[in-house]
Amino acid sequence: MKELIQDLVQIAGPSGYEADVREYVQKDLKGHVDEMKVDPLGNLITRKGPKDGSGLNVMLAAHLDEIGVIVTHLDDNGFARFTTVGGVFPRNTVGARVKFLNGTGGVIGMEPTGYSSVTPINQMYIDVGVTKKSEMPVKVGDVAAFERTFEDLGKRLVSKALDDRVGVAVLIEIMKQLKDTPHNVFGVFTVQEEVGVRGAAAAAYGVDPDLGIAIDVTLTGDTPKAKTMDVSLGKGPAIKVKDSGMISDPRVVAWMEAGAKRARIPYQKEILTGGSTDARAIQITREGVPAGCVSIPCRYVHSPSEMVDYKDVQDSVKLLVQLLKRPIKL
Amino acid sequence: MAIRKKPSWQAPRIGVGQINLLENLSNASAISGQEDAVRKIVLSEIKSHGSDYEIDPLGNVLVTVKGRGRSLPKVMLAAHMDEVGFMLVNDEGEGLFSFRAVGGLDARQLAGKAVWVGKDQHPAVIGAKPIHLTTYSERQNTMGMASLRIDLGPSNSKKAQVGDQATFATKFTRLGPSLRGKALDDRLGVATLIELIKNAPANIDLLAAFTVQEEIGLRGAQVAAHRMQPDLAIALDCTPANDLPMWDGSANEQYNTKLDAGPAIYVADRATLSDPRLVAHLQRVGDTYKIPYQIRQPGGGGTDAGSIHKQRGGIPSVSVSVPGRYLHTAASIVRLADWRNHVGLIHAALSHIDKNTLKR
Repeated sequence: MKELIQDLVQIAGPSGYEADVREYVQKDLKGHVDEMKVDPLGNLITRKGPKDGSGLNVMLAAHLDEIGVIVTHLDDNGFARFTTVGGVFPRNTVGARVKFLNGTGGVIGMEPTGYSSVTPINQMYIDVGVTKKSEMPVKVGDVAAFERTFEDLGKRLVSKALDDRVGVAVLIEIMKQLKDTPHNVFGVFTVQEEVGVRGAAAAAYGVDPDLGIAIDVTLTGDTPKAKTMDVSLGKGPAIKVKDSGMISDPRVVAWMEAGAKRARIPYQKEILTGGSTDARAIQITREGVPAGCVSIPCRYVHSPSEMVDYKDVQDSVKLLVQLLKRPIKL
Repeated sequence: MAIRKKPSWQAPRIGVGQINLLENLSNASAISGQEDAVRKIVLSEIKSHGSDYEIDPLGNVLVTVKGRGRSLPKVMLAAHMDEVGFMLVNDEGEGLFSFRAVGGLDARQLAGKAVWVGKDQHPAVIGAKPIHLTTYSERQNTMGMASLRIDLGPSNSKKAQVGDQATFATKFTRLGPSLRGKALDDRLGVATLIELIKNAPANIDLLAAFTVQEEIGLRGAQVAAHRMQPDLAIALDCTPANDLPMWDGSANEQYNTKLDAGPAIYVADRATLSDPRLVAHLQRVGDTYKIPYQIRQPGGGGTDAGSIHKQRGGIPSVSVSVPGRYLHTAASIVRLADWRNHVGLIHAALSHIDKNTLKR
């Protein structure tokens, strides 16, 4: 699964431009699911299991997109001004490298504004290595993703875009491993999560599920002087109780906890005070959907070097696979 | 995916008649939620053309112009009827009313502006202490909306009541190559949409939505899109051109759009990531037909596309706006040439929409 994660994080797919990531998933899942389609917004909707069985219509969602940047202006000397796509922290961007969808590489520099405070994005620029506007290989409106090598540190993995390619990898594994399920399981790979859970809203309308579960990363409280949060790397998948956009359905939380205990999978309970996931959009679609989220603890989220624990990743797959094998009573 | 210019294609004409219609639309008062005056003008145009229409429960005017043939692409075009303005919130007697903004307005723009109150457009003014009586320190600070009053005068005091609307009192006028008026955001889009209905291409089913309540959160378009169920959507709007030189001579790198550079195609704003296939389609059409266009600088702002694209199972959407200086103030300025190119680009783009437009 490490190879799968490595492949996925190395593909550029900023919000709205997820096509390459989607195509990878489509290829990888071919033959492992009963149906596959791309909806009007670009969500990849895969399906597996009996359509009219005794089980539920379950929607699992992991988002294909990652944060990125978009060019707003080219100046005469060949520098590109840019703005952000999704929650890019200015403090993480100076010195970062970016890759445009057309292959152009670049580095982010800043005006000499002093180093004591954080420079705002509009005082930064992308240097693509040319000296004249006429030589620019990119134009206004072109998007780029951050670029950083994948590092396997043994127990832990480091890369850009683990948010949420690690969730995508988990969902791919679940769809592959699920053999005998009573449920009609929709593995949905969503678009535009980072700009406001937009893809999941449309996908959930199309799927019309009885139960919705997002698979995403969450923050941790286990680094020096971290904000208090009882989630750590390596202590198991985090069962979301609440974040700033959603309160998980308590029945879903209880169902997940019981499943983890039964299968002796370590887990943590997550209360996230800043941020949300696709589950937020799924929950309030149509007439309402019981929703929850399995989170993979992740340090340095939305930086070019996010970190997850590999066992947490594997346990997330295990937890959901064994939950979905059995009948669900909420 | 190249396209070939249709030899018989002609852009809908924007002449004196169309400019007169825009004048009527611009001069009408219609803040969000009180769009009656504009809806009336729209309806009279639609009825004289004989299109099918309905008025939905929120007040959107939804027009259907079927093309020739079966199962044609259903294309929704949206232009909002409402404008930013004011609502009277407290009657303080003698024709003085305190008020609040409806939609995005800059408090620094308000003092001393003439306004029209209510649907009958009673003349009034947003009063402020004149320079003779203010101190230096008072002039360093912006007067907040809470300290300003709309003054109708005692004789008209009974003709207005709390809850009534007020808008800037700016009469539309032509200035050489430019058009000046209030509420060109988005009466230009409304006027464009009327022309597109009258000149609808036969290769699509055109679903035209004249929407309400855009300026307070894209509310009308949300239910309109749910009802119309289009295959794709284009929002027709007006976007700021902040293209004046910088006061210190430095390069202006945050202009959003520029006048005279053609209609502005959106790639990304706060509310929408445009569908890349539709952006590419518009650019291809612009290049083939030699209609100038510009890419709006990605950034803030939002149009009806922001709520349309998330409706039902998702609707691929894009926005195309006419660039305008000084939007959301008493008087905005647009170029007639940009408007003509806007109408031309959209019409040509519609003429080339087929089943393949959304092929990936």
